[in-house]
Amino acid sequence: MSDIHIDIQNKTYTTADSVQHTAIANLKLTLPENNFVCLVGPSGCGKTTLLNIIASLDTQYKGEITFGQQHKKPKIGYIFQNPRLLPWRTVRENIELALTYASAAIIDSLLETMQLTHIQHKYPEHLSLGMSRRIAIIRAFAINPDILLMDEPFVSLDAPTARQVRGLLIDLWQQRPHTILFVTHDLREAIALADQLVFLSAAPMSVVSKVKVTIPRADRNNEEKIENFRQQLFTHYPDIISLL
Amino acid sequence: MNLANKALPTLSFLLLITIWHGLALYINDPSLPLPSVVLHVLWQEIISGQLPHHLGLTLFRLIISFSIAMFLGCAIGIALGRNKTLDVFFDNWLVIFLNIPALVTIILCYVWFGLSESAAILAVVINKLPNVIVTIREGAKALDRDLLEMARCYQFGKRKTFLHVIWPQLHPFVMAATRSGLALIWKIILVVELLGRSDGMGYQIHLFFQLFDVASILAYTIAFITVIQSIELFILKPLDKKALRWKR
Repeated sequence: MSDIHIDIQNKTYTTADSVQHTAIANLKLTLPENNFVCLVGPSGCGKTTLLNIIASLDTQYKGEITFGQQHKKPKIGYIFQNPRLLPWRTVRENIELALTYASAAIIDSLLETMQLTHIQHKYPEHLSLGMSRRIAIIRAFAINPDILLMDEPFVSLDAPTARQVRGLLIDLWQQRPHTILFVTHDLREAIALADQLVFLSAAPMSVVSKVKVTIPRADRNNEEKIENFRQQLFTHYPDIISLL
Repeated sequence: MNLANKALPTLSFLLLITIWHGLALYINDPSLPLPSVVLHVLWQEIISGQLPHHLGLTLFRLIISFSIAMFLGCAIGIALGRNKTLDVFFDNWLVIFLNIPALVTIILCYVWFGLSESAAILAVVINKLPNVIVTIREGAKALDRDLLEMARCYQFGKRKTFLHVIWPQLHPFVMAATRSGLALIWKIILVVELLGRSDGMGYQIHLFFQLFDVASILAYTIAFITVIQSIELFILKPLDKKALRWKR
């Protein structure tokens, strides 16, 4: 039920100096159920706007987003670019607040998977950015979402930490498959994570190409294979080079 | 260093008393009694039951009017801070109410509603309310949009959003309104009591003024300052500490 049909005719906004900008124009995209999809596009092309539209945080647009066959609104987890934790609530409280019925067992197991059990009663201001990002991931997974939106969640993490958190993310996703929409401008990261890559143009944003990642999941840690795939992409889809 | 820091407030307090004592000895006039005389009067007034009675009544008026002003002020302040149209519409009202002299509101309340307890409390509330509204409105305007979006996305609902996202952000503004409010309200209450009540601190001080009894005036003042300081020390400070324990 959680494949997503996106059909946005246009999304415009007016800047403070009253200039009208078109952020998205004629964007049509279907995301299959339980797929890990990476949206790759240049900075400022409107990827965050698209996620906000899907999450119903932004309703000022022309078009339609539909979810599967049913009309019931799916449960959406959103991992923002900044962790957006409540600084005055502890790590555990932050996770519990996102849940309608807080299940201690689920939270415990997620904290353990992310190796954060020892800091669960600490306040976010006392934690590193990497830890805060992992808590944001736990919060999103804890609600057991049908769709998970991720907006460059690993930006500004050092390479080893990012690799570790990416590994944990894939583990969690494989335990409980659901549709993930992952925004990034780092093509290597996208290839390492995704089933499918969607390349987006600069604003006004639209789809340039869609590519399936054929590297088996077991080989996604192999830098050489990722690099080879990247080079192949450039040969087959030369128009994506300008987007990166 | 720590010991010196702790001793400093005591030392400065002793200095103040010494200056008072020296000045009183130098002037040698009933218009400035010695600290020891004032302390004696204070004790007499306490054991006679006069001071606790009047102080209690004034504190009662303070608590009632303060609670009403804070509750209404928070509600209106949040509404104005979150809604631009309302804010623009009522901005003039606020400016007008902020600038009406306290004395005018008090007299008008007594003229319109009679020399009653509720008129007295209403007068205090009207005086304090605009200040609370303005402070809380600024807080509500500065709410973090990112966190509000997060709350919407994770379907916090109204109650959860208010308790866990909005109220903690308003806390510093509420504390500022509380502190400035206490200081302002008790000064206004004394005028209210002076003009239209037959009990309370304001009434007593008016009486002492007519008798030219400076020692009693100072004794009552000391009692009141002690009470207000205790509120700060035993209620507001611990509250602040608990609410801000998450800060680095």
